[in-house]
Amino acid sequence: GPRYSSAPSTVLINKILIANRGEIACRVMRTARKLGIRTVAVYSDADQDSMHVAMADESYNIGPAPSQESYLNMKKIMAVAKNTGAQAIHPGYGFLSENTEFADLCQQEGVIFIGPPSSAIRDMGIKSTSKHIMSAAGVPIIEGYHGEDQSVERLKAEAEKIGYPVMVKAVRGGGGKGMRIVMTEAEFEEQLESAKREALKSFNDEIMLVEKFVDTPRHVEVQVFGDQHGNVVYLFERDCSVQRRHQKIIEEAPAPGLTEEVRRRLGEAAVRAAKAVNYVGAGTVEFIMDKDQNFYFMEMNTRLQVEHPVTEMVTHTDLVEWQIKAAAGEPLPVTQEEIQLTGHAFEARIYAEDPANNFMPGAGPLVHLATPAADDTVRIETGVRAGDEVSVHYDPMIAKLVVWGPDRPAALNKLKHCLTQYNIVGLANNVTFLSQLSSHSEFAAGNVHTGFIDLHESQLFPKSQPLPHELLCQAALALLLLEEDQMRLSSVMSQDPFSPFANATGRRLNHTFTRKVDLNDGDNKVQIHISYGGEDTYTMQIGGHSYEVSGFLQSGGSMEELRCTIDGSRSTARIALHGNSLHIFSMDGPCEIQLPTPKYLEKLRGRGAGSTGGAVAPMPGVIEKVYVKDGDTVEKGDPLMVMIAMKMEHVIKAPEAGVLERVLFKQGDKVDKGSELVAYQQEQDDSNGEEAS
Amino acid sequence: LVKDITKTRWRMFQTASLPVIGSKPDTYSAEYQDNYDKMSTLVTDLRQLVGRITQGGGEKAIQRHTSRGKLLPRERINSLLDPGSPFLELSQLAAYKLYGEEEVPAGGIITGIGRVSGVECMVVANDATVKGGTYYPITVKKHLRAQEIAQLNRLPCIYLVDSGGANLPRQADVFPDRDHFGRIFYNQATMSSNGIPQIAIVLGSCTAGGAYVPAMADESVIVRRQGTIFLGGPPLVQAATGEVVSAEELGGADLHCSKSGVTDHYALDDQHALHIARRIVGNLNYTKSPSVTIMEPEEPLYPADELYGIVGANLKKTFDVRQVIARIVDGSKFDEFKAMYGDTLVTGFARLYGYPVGIIGNNGVLFSESALKGTHFIELCCKRGIPLIFLQNITGFMVGKDAEAGGIAKDGAKMVTAVSCAKVPKFTVIIGGSYGAGNYGMCGRAYGPRFLYMWPNSRISVMGGEQAANVLATISKEQRRREGKEFTAEEEKALMDPIIKRFEIEGHPYFSSARLWDDGVIDPADTRTVLGLSLSAALNAPIEKTQFGVFRM
Repeated sequence: GPRYSSAPSTVLINKILIANRGEIACRVMRTARKLGIRTVAVYSDADQDSMHVAMADESYNIGPAPSQESYLNMKKIMAVAKNTGAQAIHPGYGFLSENTEFADLCQQEGVIFIGPPSSAIRDMGIKSTSKHIMSAAGVPIIEGYHGEDQSVERLKAEAEKIGYPVMVKAVRGGGGKGMRIVMTEAEFEEQLESAKREALKSFNDEIMLVEKFVDTPRHVEVQVFGDQHGNVVYLFERDCSVQRRHQKIIEEAPAPGLTEEVRRRLGEAAVRAAKAVNYVGAGTVEFIMDKDQNFYFMEMNTRLQVEHPVTEMVTHTDLVEWQIKAAAGEPLPVTQEEIQLTGHAFEARIYAEDPANNFMPGAGPLVHLATPAADDTVRIETGVRAGDEVSVHYDPMIAKLVVWGPDRPAALNKLKHCLTQYNIVGLANNVTFLSQLSSHSEFAAGNVHTGFIDLHESQLFPKSQPLPHELLCQAALALLLLEEDQMRLSSVMSQDPFSPFANATGRRLNHTFTRKVDLNDGDNKVQIHISYGGEDTYTMQIGGHSYEVSGFLQSGGSMEELRCTIDGSRSTARIALHGNSLHIFSMDGPCEIQLPTPKYLEKLRGRGAGSTGGAVAPMPGVIEKVYVKDGDTVEKGDPLMVMIAMKMEHVIKAPEAGVLERVLFKQGDKVDKGSELVAYQQEQDDSNGEEAS
Repeated sequence: LVKDITKTRWRMFQTASLPVIGSKPDTYSAEYQDNYDKMSTLVTDLRQLVGRITQGGGEKAIQRHTSRGKLLPRERINSLLDPGSPFLELSQLAAYKLYGEEEVPAGGIITGIGRVSGVECMVVANDATVKGGTYYPITVKKHLRAQEIAQLNRLPCIYLVDSGGANLPRQADVFPDRDHFGRIFYNQATMSSNGIPQIAIVLGSCTAGGAYVPAMADESVIVRRQGTIFLGGPPLVQAATGEVVSAEELGGADLHCSKSGVTDHYALDDQHALHIARRIVGNLNYTKSPSVTIMEPEEPLYPADELYGIVGANLKKTFDVRQVIARIVDGSKFDEFKAMYGDTLVTGFARLYGYPVGIIGNNGVLFSESALKGTHFIELCCKRGIPLIFLQNITGFMVGKDAEAGGIAKDGAKMVTAVSCAKVPKFTVIIGGSYGAGNYGMCGRAYGPRFLYMWPNSRISVMGGEQAANVLATISKEQRRREGKEFTAEEEKALMDPIIKRFEIEGHPYFSSARLWDDGVIDPADTRTVLGLSLSAALNAPIEKTQFGVFRM
C-alpha cells in the first residue's frame, strides 16, 4: 500500500512473479534485476532445467508439462505469488496475459497484474465489440456487410457504401472458394453470381458477405502505452507484414515507406483506440494498410508483444520497466513530444521449424549453438542455451534476433550478417530461410505485404545447387582434423600421452598415405582423394581438380572454428558434427554434408529405418491413438497410429505390407523425431539374390 | 621466499637449456650441397622403389582382386588402423631381387605396427595379388619376424588372412625346418599363452596349414562369400574321396560361423570385417603402462633433412655423430656422458617423443677406452631401465700391436657382453658402415635389437670390400712368393675386382633388407619418427632387469 510509496499513488514493488517461460520470462527478469526487483519463476516439469528457472532468484514447480496443468493453472500460480510475497505478476505474452479471469483473480487477491485492467482486455477480446468502440472513437475500421438481406440490390448498395474495391465472400467459404474481388460497380453483379455459383457447388450455401478489399495488405501495428493517470502515448509503428502460416516471422520499426503524416495519424488513431478503453500499460493496436497507406483497425493486443524490442531499439526505451512502473502507479516518464524515433530496427524470429516442409514446427535438442555477440545494437532474446531442448509442449521459438542500425539499409545489413553467425545444430530451423528473406531485393526495397512469402516463393526457396569444391575441401579437412582431435584427446587421458602413434599425420614409410573420403551433398555423392603431406597439409582431388588444403581447428564454445587455407586462400567457418551430418557455417551461409553410413551398417540395420522411409515419427510428439497390436497383418497405407505434435495430428501409415512383430509405443508415450514406431517381422533370409546389388 | 623461487626457476631454466647440441651447417658449402644431392638421390631411389612395391602384384592381379569387392591389403590396413594414424611398416624391400626374375613385392606379405582402437598392434596382411598370397621362404621369414617383434614387445597380433598357403614348388625351404611355416602356429599358441592376443580376419582363402591361422587365433572373423577355411580344398577333396563340393560349402563363412565354430564373427564384406576387428581390439582390455618417465616432447632445433648434407653418401667422409643426434632427439638436448674419455664413442642421455633414451654413437674406430666407456654406459642404462639407441657407423675395433697389447680383444668383449645381456629395449640404426666386430659391439642383428634399420647410404659386411680384396691379395701374393712365382698387377686386379664388386652388392642395404637382415631401409629424415614409433611399440612390454655375464677384467 501507500505506506511504502514514494509518491502518493504508487506502491513499491520489490518482488515479482513471472507467470511465463522461455525468452520473455528471461527478458522480464533482466529488467527486474536492473531495477533491483527480486524475481520468482514458475515452471512445469518439462522446464525444470530451463534458462528462466536458472535465472530467477526463486523458482517453483507448478505442475506437469501440458500448459493447461501448469502455465495456465491460475490457482497454483496465485498460490506461489502469495507464498513468496510477490507484489505483482508479469504474465509475459500468451498463456494468461490476456485472460480476464486471471486479471480479476489478481485484483481479488491483492496482487498487481502487470497489464491493462480486465475491462480493457474484455472489450478488446470481442471482435465486434472492439470494432464498434473503435468506430465510435473515430478510428478507421474495415467496413463490411454481414446482413441477412441477400438481395442483389442490397448487396450492391452496401458495396457502394463501403467503396470499391470490395470482396464478396461466401459466409461458409474457405480456401478462396466462393470469393470474388470486385474492382468496379460495373462488374459487381457478374462477380456476385459467379461467387454464388461456386459457393453453392462447394458448400451448398450461397449466403454472401461484402467487405472492403485491401490489395496486397500490410500489417502495421502501433505500440501504445498508458498510465494510471490517463496519459497515453504512442511509440511509433512496427511493420509485421512478412508472415508464414499467418504468423509473424520478421518485424521492423519503423514501417518502411511511411510518410511522417501517415505515421502521426497512425499513432494518434492508436492513442484514441487505447483511450477509448481506458488502457493502462503496454498495448498494441493492429492495423491493416493498403498500397496507398490507408489503414484500418484490426484488433488490439492488450499485452506486451513478442516484437516489442524493435520499438525499444528505435525509441531507446525499456517497455518492461515502463510496465512495472505503470503497474506501481507511476506516471509515464515522458510525454509524446519527448519520444524520438531514431534509426531502424529489425527482429528476426528464429524458430524450430522446417521452412521446406511448409514451416512445420519442430522440437528437439540444441546440440550445438553459436550466436552473434550481443552489444548495444544487437540483442539476442532467448530462453534456451546450447544443450537445451526446444520442447514439444510449447511454442517452438528459439530466439529473437534484434538488430539496430542508423537507417534501414544499415540495419538490414547487420541483420544479414548476424544471421550468418546464428548457428544451430540439432534441429530443423529457419535461419537459412530468414537469410534468404532478408537478402531478397524486394524486402530490401521495403515492398513488404502479407503475401510476400507466397509471391516470392521460388526465390526464397532456391533449388539446392551442388556444393562448391572449396566447401567440400573444408568439410573433408574438418573431418580429418576432428579425427585428429579425437585421437589426441583419448591419448592425453591415457598413461602414454605423447606416443607418436597417437596422431593423424597419416605417416607411412617411404611412400605417401592416400585415402578416399566419401561425402554426400544431398543426393550428390562425392569422393575425395586425399594425400597426406604432413603438418596438417593435404592434397585433395575432387573430380579431376586438385587442391592444396591446410588448416587447424580452434575451440570456440559450443562449436569449433575451422581455419582453412585452400590454394593459398584463407577462410574461417564454424563447424559441428552431429550424428552423421557435418554442419559448416561460413560467411556464405550454412551447409550440411552427410557422411555416408558404411554399407554393412545399413544392411545390418535391416528394413524399416532404411530407404523405404519406415513407420517413423516425423517429429517429436505424443502418441494419441494406436490402431494396431503385435502380430497384426497390415497393408501398405493402413493407419498405424495417430500422434500429436505441435498441436497438430499426424496419422502414421504403414510404409509397406507385412506382419508387425511389435508395436513399440502405446498411447500417451512421448516419441522423438525419427523413432521407429513399429517393427516388422523380418523375412527368413534376405541374403539370397543380393549378389546383384 | 620470492627470491628463493626466482633462484629455483632460474636454476630450472638453466638445467633445461644447457645440454643443447648440434650446430647449423654451412648449407652453401660445396661439400654440403654435394652431400645433399647424393643422399637425395639415394632417398629418391628408395621412394621410387617402395612406390613400385606398394603397387603389389601388378595391374591385372589387382583388377582381379578388387573386382570381387575385396580391398587391397594396404587399404585393409588403412581401414583397420585408427583413421589417419601412422603405420610403422617393416621390411618393405623383402624379397627384392631375391628370386631372380620372379618378383615377389614386399615378400607377398605386409607387416607393421599401428594403432587399432588405441592399442598398438602388429598387423600381418597377406597380399593375394602377389602369387596368390602364397608363402615363399622370405614370406615365412617376414611373418615370423613380425611375430618375434610382437612377442618381444607384447603387441597384439592381427592377421589379415588371404593366402593360398605354402608355395608348393619351394616347399622344402618353407615347410620342414624350425623357423619355417609351422613356427607361425607355434608362435600363435605361445603368444596366446603369454596373454598376447591373436586375432585372425579371414578375407580370402586359408587353405591347409593356413587354416590354422584362424583356428589357432583367440578370436576370428570371416567374410561371407570371400573367406574360406579348409584343411583340404575342393580339388584335394575330390581327389581323396571323390566328393564334389564348392569352396563355400566346404569352408565358407556360413559353415564356420554357424556349424563348425571355427570362426566367431560373420562379416558382410571387408570393411565390415575390419570394423569387427576394431571392436575386438577395443574389447581386449589391453593396457600400455610404460615403465619410464615421460615428458612433453619437443621437436629438434634443426631440420631433419640437413642430415643429407651432413652425412652424404661417401662412407669415407667423416661427420660428427652429435649432429645426427641433434636432429633426432627432443629439443636437440643431449646430456653427454664421459665426453672427454674414449671420444670415438659418443654416449649420453636424451628424450625421444618424451621417452628417455640412452644413445651410443660412433665417432671413429673403437679403442679400448671407447669400449670401456660404452660398457659403462650400457650398465647405467640397464640399471636405470632406459632404452638404448645405437647409431652405428663403425669400421671396427682398433687393430695393431699396441691395441692388442692393450687388451682391445678383452675390452671389446666387455662391450659385446654388455650389449648381449642388456635387457632394456635396444634399437639400432646403421647410419654408415657396419663392419666386423664393430657390428657386434654396436648391437648388430645378432644382438637382438628390438628393431634395426638402415640408411640408404649405409653398408654392411664383415669388412670393407677393398679391405677384403687387399687381404686376399696379400695372402695370394705371399703364396706365390713362397712358390717362387710372380703375382702380376693384372692378376691382382683380376682377383680383387670381383671381390670388391661382390662386397659392394652384398653389403648394400637393399641386399640386406631383401633378406631381412634388418627391419627396413629408412629415409634419414624419418629417423626420429621411426625410432619414436619403435620405442613407443617397445614400451608395451615391461622393461626386464638385466643380469650381465662375466666381464673379462
